[in-house]
Amino acid sequence: MALLEVSGISKSFSGLKAVQNVTFEVPEGKIVGLIGPNGAGKTTCFNMIAGVYKPDSGSVKLNGAAIGGKRPDEICKGGIGRTFQIVKPFAGLSVLDNVVVGALNATASVVEARKVAEEVLDVLGLAPKRMQAASTLTLPDRKRLEVARALATRPKLLLLDEVMAGLRPTEVDLMVRVLLDLNKRGLTILLIEHVMRAVMALAGNIVVLHHGELISRGTPDQIAKDPKVLECYLGEEAL
Amino acid sequence: MKFLLDGVPRSALVLLALFFAGLLFAPMVANDYVLVVLVTILYFAYAGQCWNIMMGFAGQLSLGHALYIGLGAYITAALYVKFGVSPWIGLFPALAISGAVGALIGFLAFRFGVSGVYFAILTIAFAEFARIGFDHFTWVGGAGGFFLPVANYTQNDFFNLRGSQRMFYYILLAMTVAVFILCHLLLRSRAGYYWLAIRESPEAAEALGINIFRYKMYAVVLSAALTALGGVFFAFFYNNLFPEQVFHISRSIEIILGPIIGGIGTLFGPIVGAFLLTGLAESLREVMLRLGVDLPGVKQVFYGFCLLVVVMFLPDGVWPPLKKKLGLDRDTERKEG
Repeated sequence: MALLEVSGISKSFSGLKAVQNVTFEVPEGKIVGLIGPNGAGKTTCFNMIAGVYKPDSGSVKLNGAAIGGKRPDEICKGGIGRTFQIVKPFAGLSVLDNVVVGALNATASVVEARKVAEEVLDVLGLAPKRMQAASTLTLPDRKRLEVARALATRPKLLLLDEVMAGLRPTEVDLMVRVLLDLNKRGLTILLIEHVMRAVMALAGNIVVLHHGELISRGTPDQIAKDPKVLECYLGEEAL
Repeated sequence: MKFLLDGVPRSALVLLALFFAGLLFAPMVANDYVLVVLVTILYFAYAGQCWNIMMGFAGQLSLGHALYIGLGAYITAALYVKFGVSPWIGLFPALAISGAVGALIGFLAFRFGVSGVYFAILTIAFAEFARIGFDHFTWVGGAGGFFLPVANYTQNDFFNLRGSQRMFYYILLAMTVAVFILCHLLLRSRAGYYWLAIRESPEAAEALGINIFRYKMYAVVLSAALTALGGVFFAFFYNNLFPEQVFHISRSIEIILGPIIGGIGTLFGPIVGAFLLTGLAESLREVMLRLGVDLPGVKQVFYGFCLLVVVMFLPDGVWPPLKKKLGLDRDTERKEG
């Protein structure tokens, strides 16, 4: 049984079919990439897993238990942490306090949560900026803060929505190293990513969405050779 | 006790101690007039602090806090006058009922996704219901007002809250200090962190495992109940209650001006704001009196002017820059204090 099982989920927004009958799974301890052109339905898929939207049909299971339609906070408590593509830092709070809020998910003690937060900030290289207000961070740092906050909730599964976007190549490599290290320590990751260099380096399995439908899945090598994938990214004529 | 002082800069403690000592000994030197002004200041500091829990911490704008003041006032006053129940006992039902009304408003709003200005309008609506309702509630005097017996007391009757202004001053000072400490502790607790998170971004807060409905409810109920305690004081200090005054929206606005001018979401904002506003307004009144000018509504114009200046030049309120000036911002870990 995979840690996350998504089967046949669909979602429409007043007639627009954003996601149609998508099925995939994320096995425990693995990193799965979710890719596709803009508007393919990746973030909508994420939002259904994370509880922001209730799927119109289909089911989402975490460890075999149905979580489709539960509230985001319940799903976080259940062990899924997420980041937002459009970052949502607690702007008025310090970087440290942002992460403390996340850490309080796993402990009621603020002292304990602070310890966890300090550790997480260390891992993501944000420790020197811990006392700054989150509003003063640059975009790459805000992306890192998103990851730090989600990580602090102590998830079993981490959903990353384009955390590499806007990062410089060296920063991408750093983030890849961090994620690989976390994965080695047992964290399962599902990531939406446009930065192919990161996806290829991280994901053991890739799921490709196009116009809300799943068009391909497999290892990075298989995906790179799949004509359907090439078509949707490069256009029919290019082939 | 140690936890209470943890991470508070020493200079802040010294200043705080001096400030508190000043308030403690003020009645020894103050005349009756100054004492009433000080009571007014503390009253606004207290009520502002209570409002701040909802708006400053949890980000829920209430423009109807006069509702809770009025409920606290009317319930304890009625129990005292009609049944001889001591306000110290009467405050329990008063706080419970106010908290329940807060819970009702919160439930209606948060369950059905009413937020922002629409939430604020809902709070105004309930305060107006109460104003009109009490206007016709003849059991407690209706629009004609409800009065507590006033007599010259030779000694303070603490149990029935009848006595000198000095007694009221100290009771109010204790309330203000208590709610200040409570807010300080709350900000350092899980609930405090969660409130700030909800204020900054409800979606992100929810994604981090926070039941935002529940925590918003906590803020509303706590704020409502504590504000009602201010109402208990109001009733027994002023001894007369008129729905048109107690529940009026201008009362709600008065309560929130202090924290806005002092600094929303800060611990000292409501206190600084109350001192500034009431202090300046009373000085203005005094000056006008000396000059022999009598202009009705000048206080309101003055409040408006203060608000304008603060919003334009100090959008975070007076306290944050003042704190910097005093060198108290070494503890920059939290946007508080």
